[in-house]
Amino acid sequence: MVEAVHLERRFGALEAVRDVSFQVSAGEVFGFLGPNGAGKTTTINMLCTLLTPTTGTATINGFDVVADPTEVRRSIGLVFQQPTLDESVTAEQNLLFHAYAYGMSAKRRKDQIHRLLSLVGLWDRRLDSVRNFSGGMRRRLEIARGLLHEPRVLFLDEPTLGLDPQTRRRIWEYLTELRERDDLTIFLTTHYMDEAEHCDRVAVIDHGQIVALDTPDRLKAQVGGDVVTMSTPLPEQAAEEVRRRYSLVPAVDGTTVRFQVADGDKFLPDFVRSFGHPLEAIALRRPTLDDVFLHHTGREIREDENPAAPSGRLGRRWRRR
Amino acid sequence: MIEVYRGTWVVAYRELLRFVRDRSRIAASVTFPLLFLAIFGAGFTNVVGAMTGGVDLIQFMYPGLIAMSIVTSALAAGISVVTDRQEGFLREILVAPLSRAGIVFGKTTGAAAVGLVQAGLLLAIAPLLGVSLTFYQAVKVIPIAIMLSLGIAGLGILLSSFAQTQQGVQMLIQLLVFPLVFLAGVFFPVDSVPLWMEILSKANPVTYGVDAIRQILLGADIAGLGVTVFGHIMTLGNEVLIIGGLAAILLTAAVWRFTRKE
Repeated sequence: MVEAVHLERRFGALEAVRDVSFQVSAGEVFGFLGPNGAGKTTTINMLCTLLTPTTGTATINGFDVVADPTEVRRSIGLVFQQPTLDESVTAEQNLLFHAYAYGMSAKRRKDQIHRLLSLVGLWDRRLDSVRNFSGGMRRRLEIARGLLHEPRVLFLDEPTLGLDPQTRRRIWEYLTELRERDDLTIFLTTHYMDEAEHCDRVAVIDHGQIVALDTPDRLKAQVGGDVVTMSTPLPEQAAEEVRRRYSLVPAVDGTTVRFQVADGDKFLPDFVRSFGHPLEAIALRRPTLDDVFLHHTGREIREDENPAAPSGRLGRRWRRR
Repeated sequence: MIEVYRGTWVVAYRELLRFVRDRSRIAASVTFPLLFLAIFGAGFTNVVGAMTGGVDLIQFMYPGLIAMSIVTSALAAGISVVTDRQEGFLREILVAPLSRAGIVFGKTTGAAAVGLVQAGLLLAIAPLLGVSLTFYQAVKVIPIAIMLSLGIAGLGILLSSFAQTQQGVQMLIQLLVFPLVFLAGVFFPVDSVPLWMEILSKANPVTYGVDAIRQILLGADIAGLGVTVFGHIMTLGNEVLIIGGLAAILLTAAVWRFTRKE
């Protein structure tokens, strides 16, 4: 349904997207996971005909994005990262404009507006000016608009950025429902790990390149087992013991030592019994996509974020909820 | 082709919708030229008195004010593009199956329609201000008004591609409105001003729009008040050609720029 072959985009000297290739089949939820500035939006813009690739090709629904932009535009729905609603008019008028722009018939227009506004829970607010809508309502309206002309592929660029957890959950409920009902293909970018978990397959992108591409489960399996985190007053010595006795690769962060091990639940009891250094706490968890990103890039996904965002330990804990 | 047509009407429809919902803009668009009329008219009528051929100042200025309101509302097409870009809505338009040319035509047609509404309002209240005109004269103004606004709206869109922000394009447009309007023979006959001003005025295409409307409303034989170029008194036909040609050139340039940029 979506295919990119050696897609590249340069802005002057900056290589925003480098040799990106992938295929998305019909009905799949495909995620682009990476930090801000990794090239996610640039890739989406090329797929959506808003940006011409420097080299490489991309097709959507069988149409080439450069040669046949009108057919591509007809096949896709888009929800952008930044709001693109007309604030001076009502919710319904925003959808009407969209319906006119896509040349929908009067009957289909009416049915679809009713169906989608009801789905996203905005039917009662259809005559209100978008200016008075909250961030979550706007995003829901944009999703309704992106789906109005019944596209084959829905592109979502950071669909839940800046929304509270409750709204994020609701938006995912809508998307799951839509996908089951309409066999919709969904292509999304995100830097939220939990959001990437909703995807059938995830491409991990960093510095404009895909560094890993697989199902979330298999990506996590590649990391090399479960993650053990322990707090200790003597982190350096404890790490040295882990390295020496078990031939593992621990990482020290403050008073925390972290390492990965296969079959963690069998490993842990023995380890605790025989460990020579004092332990304050120890935890075992399955690897997350966070660990996947760390594994492939050597960095945590949030390190590239602006300083206003939660960072360090707090940020990590917040993300894992 | 269908994408050009649909782009034109969908985008023009939205421009009109926004105009209709913006009451302050409607009020301002009619008040502004009337304010000019009141101030300049009151200030100068007693000084200037009747002009050649028994035309008084208000009668002389009125066609110019109609052209002026068309020019200002048409240039707003440029502001509208930048506003859409800033608010993000332009992306919704750009990713829809509409042709780029259609989007430009829609913006210009929308601005032309708004300009036409304003010109219509000014024509409708003209008799109240002592400017006599017949229904037939008013109808004849319409094609001139359309051509003038399409061309100037094209210019506005051209300008919008050079400005990043709404403030930026507003400054650019303001910078342009003054020479376009004040050096167009709205307030004084261009044949009787200092030479430098005469040259600039005659190079300004809006001058011929103003004069065309004036010839329709006051009659072709307004001795001494018309526009003479190289000894030739411009006829209505000459002027229609100039405005039409201008509209064609500016629209083509606007479509070309917009398609390349977006």
